[in-house]
Amino acid sequence: MTLRQQVLVLYLATSALDSPVVGWSRYDGTGTTRPTTGDSDEPPYSDGVAALRDGWRLIQASPLLPPQAGAEYGTSFLKHEFFFEKLS
Amino acid sequence: MRTSTLLTSVQLARFVAHGYLRLDAVVPEEMNQEALGLLPKGIPDVPCGTPVADAYPDGSFPRRLVELPAVAGALRSLVGPDPTVDHHAVHVREPHEGHAQPLHGDAIIDVRPDAFDVQLMYYPQRVTPDMGGTLVVPGSHLRRTNESDTGRYQNLRGQTRLVCPAGTVLLLHHGIWHGGRRNDSDVRRYMFKIRFNPAAPQVRLWDTADMADPAVAEELGRYFPWYEQATGRLEIYNRVLLWRALTGDPSFDVDHWVTRVTNRPAHRSHA
Repeated sequence: MTLRQQVLVLYLATSALDSPVVGWSRYDGTGTTRPTTGDSDEPPYSDGVAALRDGWRLIQASPLLPPQAGAEYGTSFLKHEFFFEKLS
Repeated sequence: MRTSTLLTSVQLARFVAHGYLRLDAVVPEEMNQEALGLLPKGIPDVPCGTPVADAYPDGSFPRRLVELPAVAGALRSLVGPDPTVDHHAVHVREPHEGHAQPLHGDAIIDVRPDAFDVQLMYYPQRVTPDMGGTLVVPGSHLRRTNESDTGRYQNLRGQTRLVCPAGTVLLLHHGIWHGGRRNDSDVRRYMFKIRFNPAAPQVRLWDTADMADPAVAEELGRYFPWYEQATGRLEIYNRVLLWRALTGDPSFDVDHWVTRVTNRPAHRSHA
């Protein structure tokens, strides 16, 4: 049987994995669901560790990068991005 | 009693914090019905930078739309007298189309610190939850991102999924993150958008009588649920800079954020 990947991306309030979720995205390689932009107002988990407890495997976390000189006060992308997977 | 249709300082501060202003059901029903006849045929393009009076002749639908007192007062407060039309477009979300737009800011990255364009979005129909009303992320307009590079973000805490009565108008800062959501209904959803460029400095264009109202600073100090703990503070910092530009008051601050980090007393010689 071919295993297919489900991907969960959580954006957290700080760089700590147990900090609250502020944003979320899902991508489903099994084809059983079709998540998309603006499809829910409540996150699937309250924090990153709650996703681990539910069986999601952490596969990538944002590095901590110092701000670029001269751009210390600029805001851009969300900083604390964590990628998880499940195989099914 | 206030008779001016200009925005108040508190409303302006709310716009600076949220990045948009919502005017519910300000367009009368007969105009909404007229729009539903016109929009499917499209509104002819106008060259970028055309003054409103030239872009939209007297009596035309877009001219009557922007001259509705509530709309005209808000536009005057935000982009001043005689703005030009950057462009306009009729947006359609087809029934059961199966996908949403990626979260994006329109045009290209635009980080002007002391000027902004305003996009008017007009909804001639009642928008129900399943019609894919525009997703808007409050407080996202000062983020330095380019167009759909934010497409990876599907949902952010505190996002607004537009549900509104017919005749609702949104006025948005050019940088706001937004997107047309998936329309899961049986109804074609229309939205008419006009982007305005200011033609005058955007300084104290609104009704400033309430400038000292404490609610101004409360609005400018507002956090949104999707903000990260640390970056949320920088949002306040950047709003203070914009408010200083819009008011011409270089001393304004919220919680000492900007004053503190720009305090550099001159070094004195002890020789």
